[in-house]
Amino acid sequence: MIGKSVTSRKILLLAPLLLFLGLAYVVPFLGVVRWSFTMPEVGLGQYRALMTDPLVQSVFIRTLRICLIVTAAVLVTAYAIAYVWVRGSSVQRMLAEFCILVPFWISVLTRAFGWLAMLSNRGLINTWLQSAGIISEPLALARNELGVIIGMTHFLIPFAVFPIASAMRSIDERVLLAARGMGASRTRIFWTVFVPLTYGGLIGAALIVFVFALGFFVTPAILGGGRSVMVAELVYLRIFQSPDWGLGAAISVVLVVFIGILLALMRRFIKPAHMIG
Amino acid sequence: MPQSMQPGDAKAAEIKAVSIGKTFGAFHALKNLSLDIGRGEFLTLLGPSGSGKTTFLMILAGFTAPTTGRLMMDGKDITDVPAEDRSYGMVFQGYALFPHLTVEQNIAFPLKVRGRSSADVKQKVGEMVARVGLVGHEKKLPAKLSGGQQQRVALARALVFEPSVLLLDEPFSALDKNLREMMQQEVKRLHQETGTTFVFVTHDQSEALALSSRVAIFNHGELLQVGKPQDVYERPSNRFVAEFLGEINLLPLDTVELNGETAAGKFEDRTIILNKSITLAGKKAVAAVRPEHMFISASPQTSDCNAITCRVEGATYFGASTKYHLRTRSGTSLAVSMPTASTSPIAPQSDVWVSWPVHQGFLLPDGG
Repeated sequence: MIGKSVTSRKILLLAPLLLFLGLAYVVPFLGVVRWSFTMPEVGLGQYRALMTDPLVQSVFIRTLRICLIVTAAVLVTAYAIAYVWVRGSSVQRMLAEFCILVPFWISVLTRAFGWLAMLSNRGLINTWLQSAGIISEPLALARNELGVIIGMTHFLIPFAVFPIASAMRSIDERVLLAARGMGASRTRIFWTVFVPLTYGGLIGAALIVFVFALGFFVTPAILGGGRSVMVAELVYLRIFQSPDWGLGAAISVVLVVFIGILLALMRRFIKPAHMIG
Repeated sequence: MPQSMQPGDAKAAEIKAVSIGKTFGAFHALKNLSLDIGRGEFLTLLGPSGSGKTTFLMILAGFTAPTTGRLMMDGKDITDVPAEDRSYGMVFQGYALFPHLTVEQNIAFPLKVRGRSSADVKQKVGEMVARVGLVGHEKKLPAKLSGGQQQRVALARALVFEPSVLLLDEPFSALDKNLREMMQQEVKRLHQETGTTFVFVTHDQSEALALSSRVAIFNHGELLQVGKPQDVYERPSNRFVAEFLGEINLLPLDTVELNGETAAGKFEDRTIILNKSITLAGKKAVAAVRPEHMFISASPQTSDCNAITCRVEGATYFGASTKYHLRTRSGTSLAVSMPTASTSPIAPQSDVWVSWPVHQGFLLPDGG
């Protein structure tokens, strides 16, 4: 059977990735799961602590809040950039590509420090505003939640632009022409035809950004200045700074399960291929 | 149709295109085209792909601006009026339905754009759904419909706001033959019922002949001929039109003489009398006769007929008709189509006479 051998050969192409995922993620994660039930003693103690510890809960709530705000901010910005990228003039398209790709090539650490240089009390923005006499005291732009949100939003925009742009590209131009021919204004076409036809891309982008944001570590650590700890940083603190491996492991497991449920829910509404495009 | 509008109603518009030209870079998509579209008529723009017919439709719709020339509607210059303000109905190739809206919502869209009350929208949509035979499908998304049903939604959506002009861009190209014929009848009926001016683009000559009150034939960005289907088919003004509208036999003539309404030319050793529907620039000309206007017989028909001798090379059976492939003595190939029922089979390789009535043949410039 030619068909069968081709299929098995295609699976062979996937093998290195599957092997890598298995060895580097699945097996070690099973170890993490075991820690969460065994450290310091066997039982559900760490999960019970997780439910009651006010610090852990406040970190979870903060993480969710930041992720929701970041997702919303990313979607709005990415939608605008994708629109220009897909439907703009050739100069606008080039500019949009520049805005999308250049940040992509710069490491997350560099970008976080870059934002710190912009946003800190003695950073560029505050210095300019003060020397221009607009403000007398520096604005609290970094080392807080606002700084984290700005840095994360900037980092995540390109990841949302791709699925949204792909949804925009797949819109049949004639459908938009048809709406125009029926007398619809451009604003009306945008809101009643164009945007609804990109819902798939928007949902996909929201999911990618939200899930990605949940695990953010470097950006919140640098731009939050220890004052707005997110879940990933909490795991790090539990494991590397306090010998509380069990709680760190339990938090990781909860995070992974939560993301798994989220992905499963989304799969019900939208095919993965549509999200990425 | 008691409540329907009659042709000539104020609803139907009259359009005048004056020296319309369109260039895309160095490419001339339309060259100096002038055409009057009458109130309530069914005009078909016919031509091969790339002939400029769709470009002209897009200019009529207002989606494309002409490079030169003016467009008038009911005496007003509308060249610079954008598509959304022209408010013509349009049926696109591939229908261009809103994929995220149901049948009902698709049809309601142009009414909502016009700010009609929801009661009015509901009533109009209901009427239109019934008129195009989509009752029971109102709540479905376009993806759940067959090609023919999608076509009906597109027609309903384009007609529901009673536009003064309906533009149709190759609407049937995706349908199979039977469905296509059914939809053609449907469109014809909708044209009669609404009385709206219909402008229809197609590359299918039989569709053009079957539907239109007039046909405009395009090639290489030029309008070659406009006329009633029968006129363009039986009196084409040039070879392109003659050959594009259906199969045609062309017999090269020597020494053409023009006498008033008729022309006489020599083909092989026989004199052939033809209609002179065109002015002949050069001396070279061909006699043009449609295969179905010729018939085969054992002896030459002489009363008001031309006749030439041929040898039968083969036959193709089409059910209702049989097409014979013949060759003249000088080697020109001919096709003759005859009703199967009224003829007895003709043996291959037999020598026969091919005749046709004088009024069915016409003169065309050679090579033009």
